[in-house]
Amino acid sequence: MIEQVDLTMVNWARATFALTAMYHWIFVPLTLGLSFICAFFESIYVKTGNEQWKKLTRFWMTLFGINFAIGVATGIILEFEFGTNWSNYSWMVGDIFGVPLAIEGIAAFFLEATFFAVMFFGWNRVSKRAHLFSTWMVAVGSNLSAVWILVANGWMQYPIGMKFNPDLARFEMVDFLAIATSPVAISHFVHVTSAAFLYASLFVVAVSSWYLLRKRHLQFAKRSLTVACTFGLLASLFVAFTGDEHAYHAANVQPMKLAAMEGLYDGEAPAGLVAAGLLNFSKKPGDEEDPFIFEVKIPMVLSLLANRDINSFVPGINDLVYGNTAENIMGVEEKMVRGKLAVAGLGDYKTAKKSGDQLAAGKALTLFEQNSDYLGYGYLDYAEQAVPYVPLIFYSFRVMVGLGTFFILLFMVYLYLLYKDQLEKQALLLKIGVSSFLLGLVAHEAGWIVTEVGRQPWAIQDLLPVTVARSNLDAGTVEVTFFMFLILFTALLIAELKIMAKQISIGPEGD
Amino acid sequence: MFKSAFYLYYDGFRSMVVGRTLWKIILIKLFIMFAVLKVFFFPNFLATNFDTDAERVDHVLSNLTQPLADKK
Repeated sequence: MIEQVDLTMVNWARATFALTAMYHWIFVPLTLGLSFICAFFESIYVKTGNEQWKKLTRFWMTLFGINFAIGVATGIILEFEFGTNWSNYSWMVGDIFGVPLAIEGIAAFFLEATFFAVMFFGWNRVSKRAHLFSTWMVAVGSNLSAVWILVANGWMQYPIGMKFNPDLARFEMVDFLAIATSPVAISHFVHVTSAAFLYASLFVVAVSSWYLLRKRHLQFAKRSLTVACTFGLLASLFVAFTGDEHAYHAANVQPMKLAAMEGLYDGEAPAGLVAAGLLNFSKKPGDEEDPFIFEVKIPMVLSLLANRDINSFVPGINDLVYGNTAENIMGVEEKMVRGKLAVAGLGDYKTAKKSGDQLAAGKALTLFEQNSDYLGYGYLDYAEQAVPYVPLIFYSFRVMVGLGTFFILLFMVYLYLLYKDQLEKQALLLKIGVSSFLLGLVAHEAGWIVTEVGRQPWAIQDLLPVTVARSNLDAGTVEVTFFMFLILFTALLIAELKIMAKQISIGPEGD
Repeated sequence: MFKSAFYLYYDGFRSMVVGRTLWKIILIKLFIMFAVLKVFFFPNFLATNFDTDAERVDHVLSNLTQPLADKK
């Protein structure tokens, strides 16, 4: 089936979505994290009454406002793309995504929008405490917005609380609570938001380090760094903890993703974690080649992370593709047989309904329902199509974890040197601090690559591959929009960077 | 209350410095998004190609079932 689809169109649509999402994600985590950092600064101001903290709060709030303004509505383009490039998918998930996104729009957006004006314009109009309350509400509202998007994304990774309606070709919600409290969605949310706090802390570190290097606003920079590094250190430790939880859920509901993250082809008990390694790019599922040119493995750690048991079996790509009867793992080939029965049942149901043959429709529906859990596998042509592109996931995962570990050390060193009042003498460290924001962005994007490329070929895990989720469009149409976005996003990014750089250059005195 | 809320926004926008440039960028961006991109490049595929929900269902179901039918 897949070879009958214009793969060029699907790939351009995926590239366009990835480009838009990655651009969107430059701004979103900064909004999520900086809102809380501003709230911390202002809380200190209200507590101490020290006007320096007020000046500091207003400066970071201005940068928060610039980022918010440039980033606002970049996510709407994703919605446009759903309707144009991914129309089958959009139709099928409309009932599931409608409720979470409506809640986001009504509750979080209005909470955010109401208090936003007070936060920016109300300094001399409302009491200190009322203003502080508004700032905290903006922070809470911003982060609530993220909840529902990530619930929707979590459902795509682990579709629960729904039933497919063959009359309407839609997944219909049957248990809202199951969707909203899905362990995958919750672990996804806490990991992403804590990573956003870390990213925003790096932003403060970068700007403040630049001031220290330039010998400007020294007291201001040190105060900012003390709060941001403390917040950043706590956030980065929490990111590590929630990342572990995230990987644990992946092991349970997306074992192929975990196997790809580890470059694990043949399952092991106990399984070691690859701390570092050089992949053999010619390795394919089922062949006899070694997956690594070299690797450094920590024994038993992968078993512990995946199953909370150091001796447990962790399936590899070959176990998942070809099956492993000893470990009771059904292979993709068997799932494909069941998936094709589901697709056939759905097709026969449609035909029987049209001809008014109720008996045949009932039989076809039963066949579909018996095999509907494997629906997506019915669209694969060969089992290896269920394997995502391993090198990209393997290396992205290591980039994310490596940088995450580096950030923990960076915050600790900064805090120590702040305590010793030695930081401004460390020019090299301050230069690293300036570049750390860019590294934070790299870590974030790498994390999303692991999450999204790692679940390929699925738009909805096990139920809908991207090749069926697409619209019936020509590749050329989608290709044009990709390059149009590339130009537009680059221009907007330059505009934001110029405004942001100008404001940073002016500094807190210019407020 | 409405009056003070109005003046909160009115005075706030009037006293903005960086904010004016930002608002220009926001308005240009929203114009490009909704008046250009949405209209000319991102029509809703199912909304523009089909008139009724029944036709849309039929189209999506065909996409879900046709590949296998092609192979039979």
